[in-house]
Amino acid sequence: MTTLPNTGAAAPATSGVLLVLAHPALERSRANRALAKAAKGLSGVTFRDLYETYPDFAIDIETEQAALVAHDVIALQFPLYWYSTPALMKEWLDLVWLHGFAYGPGGEALQGKRLFVACTTGAGAKAYHAHGYNRFTMDEFLRPLEQTAHLCGMVWETPFVVHGAAVKDDAALKAEAVRYRARISSLLPAETEV
Amino acid sequence: MDSFLIQTVFYLGAAVISVPIAKRLGLGSVLGYLIAGVLNGPHALSLVGAEADVMKFAEFGVVILLFLIGLEVQPSTLWEMRRTIFGFGGAQVVVTALAVAGVAVVLGLPWQTALAVGLVLAMSSTAIVLQTLDEKGLRQGPVGRAAFGVLLLQDLAVIPLFALLPLLATVAPTTAGEAGSHGASLMTHLPIWAQIASVFAAVAAVVGGGRYLVRPLFRFIAESRLREIFTAAALLIVVGVASLMQMVGLSPALGAFLAGVVLAESEFRRELETDIEPFRGLLLGLFFITVGAGVDLPLIVHKPLTLLGLVLGLMTLKFLVMLGLARLFGAPMRGAAAVATALAQGGEFAFVLLTFTVGAGVIGAPLAALLTAAVAVSMALTPLAMMLYERIAAALDAAVTDVTPDTGAFDEGEPDIIIAGFGRFGQITGRLLTANGFRSTVLDSDIEQIDLLRRFGRRVHYGDATRMDLLRAAGIERARMLIVALDDREKTVELVETARKAFPDLVILARAWDRRHAYDLLANGADAVERETFESALSLGTTALQKLGFRAHRAHRAASFFRRHDRRSFEELRPMWGQEEAYILASRDAAKTMERLLAADLSRLRPGDAGGAWDTASLEQELRERAQTEGAE
Repeated sequence: MTTLPNTGAAAPATSGVLLVLAHPALERSRANRALAKAAKGLSGVTFRDLYETYPDFAIDIETEQAALVAHDVIALQFPLYWYSTPALMKEWLDLVWLHGFAYGPGGEALQGKRLFVACTTGAGAKAYHAHGYNRFTMDEFLRPLEQTAHLCGMVWETPFVVHGAAVKDDAALKAEAVRYRARISSLLPAETEV
Repeated sequence: MDSFLIQTVFYLGAAVISVPIAKRLGLGSVLGYLIAGVLNGPHALSLVGAEADVMKFAEFGVVILLFLIGLEVQPSTLWEMRRTIFGFGGAQVVVTALAVAGVAVVLGLPWQTALAVGLVLAMSSTAIVLQTLDEKGLRQGPVGRAAFGVLLLQDLAVIPLFALLPLLATVAPTTAGEAGSHGASLMTHLPIWAQIASVFAAVAAVVGGGRYLVRPLFRFIAESRLREIFTAAALLIVVGVASLMQMVGLSPALGAFLAGVVLAESEFRRELETDIEPFRGLLLGLFFITVGAGVDLPLIVHKPLTLLGLVLGLMTLKFLVMLGLARLFGAPMRGAAAVATALAQGGEFAFVLLTFTVGAGVIGAPLAALLTAAVAVSMALTPLAMMLYERIAAALDAAVTDVTPDTGAFDEGEPDIIIAGFGRFGQITGRLLTANGFRSTVLDSDIEQIDLLRRFGRRVHYGDATRMDLLRAAGIERARMLIVALDDREKTVELVETARKAFPDLVILARAWDRRHAYDLLANGADAVERETFESALSLGTTALQKLGFRAHRAHRAASFFRRHDRRSFEELRPMWGQEEAYILASRDAAKTMERLLAADLSRLRPGDAGGAWDTASLEQELRERAQTEGAE
């Protein structure tokens, strides 16, 4: 794991995965803890824990933008709350992915980068279906983020979803963590893989 | 000694009675003093004489007035005003002198005497003009500025006049050197180059002393924290400069003005202003009284028409010249008329110059007496003339309503916020506000603190902020907010209380020691208070929670909840305000308050609780049940 200096200065080279985690109560989430632990041990992954860094929501825009610029892959990890990201991740998108930076005239900072979403849900896979009680698929719920990637000229990676995260037993979570680690590794350039 | 006391009683008594009456009648304080003087004078009730001693003492009021004005004029402002001072002011003296001289020649005076009369009468009265403009609220605007520029040049012009007037002598001088208080008493025996050199040396001494000596002196005094010595030092400076100027033959008032300008950028400016202000008021009052007492009533009675013609002629002529010049220099009609009306009288310099010219054989004694009376009457008429001007202006306004109010301020920009106390507490608040673009004026009595802040270009003034006059000088009347961040419990309450009484609409925020103090401040009119240790203690508690393993956001929320809970109990425990309740609160045992707080903590805040955030137990239960039924299908 690399830790970004909090100075707002860009990392030396554009490479690797910026893994941005947003969970307001990570201490209560076995699934997200397990996933984060598996991924952040990889070299080439920069880990940012939004709720830990900005407990008062006072996001440092320059630092965050520098982190985005310095990485090829932007990975967002979060529990699906009301079919969307937790509040601070939305705030982070609102404040950091600015017009003129991420999109619009002169907003080319993220062009060509890849956006990867890793998301946990409470309900099982069957609920995310036209006939399930959530009535829509995960792809459909993630459309806002997919369009965000598109508007910013980014490549949309197939999302990584763990369904029924709260009810999985430790063995099942461990299997998901291994799968997650492999998926993140596949996003890293070959030479930086472990 | 007895006669001195009795005289003082008469002077003060006259002022105390006639000035409030004059003010009540809308005549202004200047006229009140003048009337008091006339009534007390040798020709009416004859309670006091127009003694030269009193006059000299009273003239010191003018000196102080100019010192205070100097304090308000930054050197840069003076430089910006150079056109007003030398152009407008110079033109006024020359043209008025020639016009008056012309009329005098027509009336049959020899040209030399006529020119002398013209020069003497061209002077206006600094004291009366500025005091009157001040009362009308006109001194800070363009009118006040123009008038001030002219007055300043007249003060300057007096110096060469003492040299020039003797050249106009038509008869042999009787006592050439007798030049009143403005004569070059010590320097006349010196050769001319030495006189000039000493003038320059004196000016350099004032500027240099003001720059390099006064500040360390005041710092030294400030550290002793003796207010009366500070006042004494301020007076010492004014008196010292005045006597130095007199010694080299310059006008003491001009010297005081110069000293004021030199000190205008010093951090002690507000304190100086506040300390000297009462002297100015009283001494100027005394000055006006002596002018009133000097009005030669028998002369008025014997030659009423001559005198009336003289006064009206003089004022009309000066008014017209001034009006024309002001228009020529681009002033709007209304402003030009105001300046011309304000400056239409003869000045106190005329008294001195007339005495001097009689001695120098330029003007005959009977004529001088007549002119002295005319000047005194014209001074007395000035407040009335200003009232007349206002009436006419108001009548015109009623017809055409397009008044543009005078907003141009002489002073630096007005502060949004006044911060009293800039120690550990005030500076954090102040920095936050400044960083967000608000202008603040800081009052502090820690000299080292001030020094440091001033090096960073902050607007800081030395002084005890609990003094209402100092707050006024700092601009509290126009400020939006007062922040009391003093390091003293009693003074904080005192300041909040007096500020609230004086300014019911001002927003007052205050630093409180503890709960009791906070309640006290709110009861005395503070809009909001902050217990000085509360937020920092809470912040340290948050860090402690994190070090004990809480995630940052959880610790943050825990602190937020605690803050809200504490604020609520703060409000609940705040007693109903009234004398009795305040008394009960004051005597209440602090431990009892603590007990109630702890009980409230227990009943409202459960351990580890941050409002049940993201507690998914029930959801998980539902999902488990769902998974089981789905699995069974």
